[in-house]
Amino acid sequence: MASEGELSIQNVTRQFGGVVAVNDVSFDTRPGEILSVIGPNGAGKTTVLNTISGFYHPNSGSILFEGRNITDYSPSRIAALGVARTFQNIALFRGMTVLENLMLGRHVHMRTGVLAAMLRFGPARKEEVAHRQVVEDIIDFLEIQPLRKRPVGALAYGLQKRVELGRALAARPKILLLDEPMGGMNVEEKEDMARFILDVNEELGTTVVLIEHDMGVVMDISDRVVVLDVGQKIAEGTPNEVKESPAVIQAYLGAQALG
Amino acid sequence: MAEQTLPQYLLEQARRNPRGIAIREKEKGIWQQWTWQQYLNEVRDFANGLAALGFQAGDKLAILSDNRPQVYWTMSAVQALHGMPVPLYQDSIGAQLEYVIDHSDSIMVMAEDQEQVDKVLDSKANLPKIRQVIYDDPKGMRDYDDPLLIRFTEVQEMGRQYAQEHPNFFEDHIAAGKADHVALMGYTSGTTGVPKGAMLSHANLITAVQGMEEVEPYYPEDETIAYLPPAWVGDTFWSLAGSQIRGFTINCPERPETVQENIREIAPHFIVAPPAIWENLVSEVQVKMEDSTFMKRWLYNRFMPIGYEVARAQMEKKPLTGRQKFLRALGEFFVFGALRDQFGFRRIRSAYTGGAPLGPEIFLFFRALGINLKQVYGQTETGVTCVQRDDEVAMGTVGTPFPNVQMTLSEDGEVLVSGPTVFLGYYKNPEATAETLQDGWLHSGDAAFFDQNRHLVVIDRAKDVTSLSDGTKFAPQFIENKLKFSPYIKEVVSVGQDRPYVAAMINIDMDNVGRWAEKQRVAYTTFTDLAQKPEVYDLISREVDRVNSDLPDTTQIRRFLLLHKELDADDEELTRTRKVRRGFVAEKYADLIEALFSEEVNEVPVKSIITYQDGRQSTIDTKLAIRSVDKVLTSV
Repeated sequence: MASEGELSIQNVTRQFGGVVAVNDVSFDTRPGEILSVIGPNGAGKTTVLNTISGFYHPNSGSILFEGRNITDYSPSRIAALGVARTFQNIALFRGMTVLENLMLGRHVHMRTGVLAAMLRFGPARKEEVAHRQVVEDIIDFLEIQPLRKRPVGALAYGLQKRVELGRALAARPKILLLDEPMGGMNVEEKEDMARFILDVNEELGTTVVLIEHDMGVVMDISDRVVVLDVGQKIAEGTPNEVKESPAVIQAYLGAQALG
Repeated sequence: MAEQTLPQYLLEQARRNPRGIAIREKEKGIWQQWTWQQYLNEVRDFANGLAALGFQAGDKLAILSDNRPQVYWTMSAVQALHGMPVPLYQDSIGAQLEYVIDHSDSIMVMAEDQEQVDKVLDSKANLPKIRQVIYDDPKGMRDYDDPLLIRFTEVQEMGRQYAQEHPNFFEDHIAAGKADHVALMGYTSGTTGVPKGAMLSHANLITAVQGMEEVEPYYPEDETIAYLPPAWVGDTFWSLAGSQIRGFTINCPERPETVQENIREIAPHFIVAPPAIWENLVSEVQVKMEDSTFMKRWLYNRFMPIGYEVARAQMEKKPLTGRQKFLRALGEFFVFGALRDQFGFRRIRSAYTGGAPLGPEIFLFFRALGINLKQVYGQTETGVTCVQRDDEVAMGTVGTPFPNVQMTLSEDGEVLVSGPTVFLGYYKNPEATAETLQDGWLHSGDAAFFDQNRHLVVIDRAKDVTSLSDGTKFAPQFIENKLKFSPYIKEVVSVGQDRPYVAAMINIDMDNVGRWAEKQRVAYTTFTDLAQKPEVYDLISREVDRVNSDLPDTTQIRRFLLLHKELDADDEELTRTRKVRRGFVAEKYADLIEALFSEEVNEVPVKSIITYQDGRQSTIDTKLAIRSVDKVLTSV
């Protein structure tokens, strides 16, 4: 019996023409853990994430979420099951305010039909308020109250990334896929983001799959680490185990580093 | 029965007006509110809880928090138990924090949230007297298990139990309160030396509010914003004492960063702010105007002069001509009303500036907009003692003392104050008390004089008024305020004591200069980098010329440099109320100052350690250019 938020990637291969981006990769997430996926550029990390969230379908292999085979599901169906993700390049509507973008993140939970929403009938209003409450909790959690009414496009990059995280959290997911959430941030911004990720994981119990390049962060906050290189998994284990692994050292630093 | 203490006033307020709104706080996007009855209940529960935890008369409780209802409830609860609240500046860390908490002999700390709790727990080893750390916002503290920690609401729950076992404990204690009990221990910011704990009694605070009310009207329906640090006595004066005595409503902002937005939402009837805030607002308008449409810029430039003209005429008590009235009315329609609304000042009856002198240009700007900006004057040791009455607003003065305050000048021109608002003394510091309080007169440390209308004109801190090597007197703040009127300049330290001329060390305003640089297509990276750009030096040079044209030849700024880092309270260069600590700065930057007075030197190396908000440190190592002002401008 699969537990809450458990993800299982089994022998997934994804190819683009002649390029085998992901080659027979398998790993599982344990419920409530922070699992980091690391590897040099081009290792296939984002492709793995895209495959999980349904943007791509694997050429072979399967993906199970909470015991259910979601390999061929559409992205919206996968999101509805409780899988939320952020994008490396930020997928927010730049002309809309922070509040509007976060409310949009609630879309997966909205039940009211278009007509009722347009006319703001009783149940539609109640739903709007309920969603607003969730969004306000997230705004409070991410400490972005001053930015509520500001258009996202006008925000500094680090803050946009924070709002992006908020949008994913708005769906109240069981599992959160974060694609380089700390890209382009300075030390203090990274610390804030790491704190938020830890809080989400500890307070809400959300499983987190994290693609990240900053090794300091990865070693600090991950429960386990999976290492990919040119599409293949070359190591898996606790941060310390992975740090010592010869295969990993070679992949990052070349054979000479092994001395 | 006349009320003698603030808790007695609180009881009276709740009796008379239980359903009136006492206090609000914006949280999760909504303004939450508490009536006077609810306010009293919260205070009662917390006070009883503190008693259950062993808090006794004479004990002190330190407060580390932004403005929140819990701060004021804590202060009231502690006062009800005949204890002393000791509010700290919420950005205190490390040694500063340890000093105040330990010196005050506080046995408990009310820390707002995880950040404040962390600071206290980090210093635990140096705070042996602390028995309890009470926190309000539990976010992030799930795994904290320090036995000192207890949640605010938990203390209140204990309080409700305690009340059942001791039914009249709270009311009895309040009834036994006396006017000369200490109501507040306010540590002064200390531009020189270590902070001193000024003890203010209930009588001090109450008579100060009463004195103010004889001159300025306050109504129970008034709204105001509580956003100034609880450690500053002005906040206790208005947000605690004033509110409990008069019954007006206090509004606590959502976060420090949302204060301006919150002011707009509330549209307070009166507001208090230090000069830095007024300066920032002016800079903001100037910069936003440059970015706005042609029409708006045209209207602004067309109508500001009439605003200034009318404001000056009103101050000089000249009647307005028909033309002035007409143009002013037009200006009101097109520009002034809208700008006031933008600031949230639509309902402002009185806007106060105090804590440090405000540059006349800034002052005039707001009066031109139709905002009744007035100087107040006072200090921690005396409360607010002077305010400009509505019909006597003039530039450069701080008005006349309240009817219950006696004020006179010493032989050296130092302001001496006497009356019921003068404090009880400094805690555990009889020497400092004896120095400050002599024969019933408080020595304020401010140099001033009374002008022909018997209005007080404060020149500067007595210690800071100084003279050049040839004896020419100059007041550094006077020059600095003129420079700070520029949106591009954030802070200035002028130096010249026993020197041949006046020189200045200037902090650029990063935001505004950055925007300017972008428009000029000057690329930059950090503050340090931007501050050393020749184009920026040119820009600031023009500002210096502007100020020099307004100064007598002898005290014009001859040389200046742009500092590589912003002066910061965390680096001990500023006090927590953002006043420059001259002595410390002069020592720290002695090399720079020497270079400023060495005519041949055009560049000086500098190496500084900067402290981040969490206490970490790092080093900046660079060179600063020194610019000389070539022309000596003759003032018109």
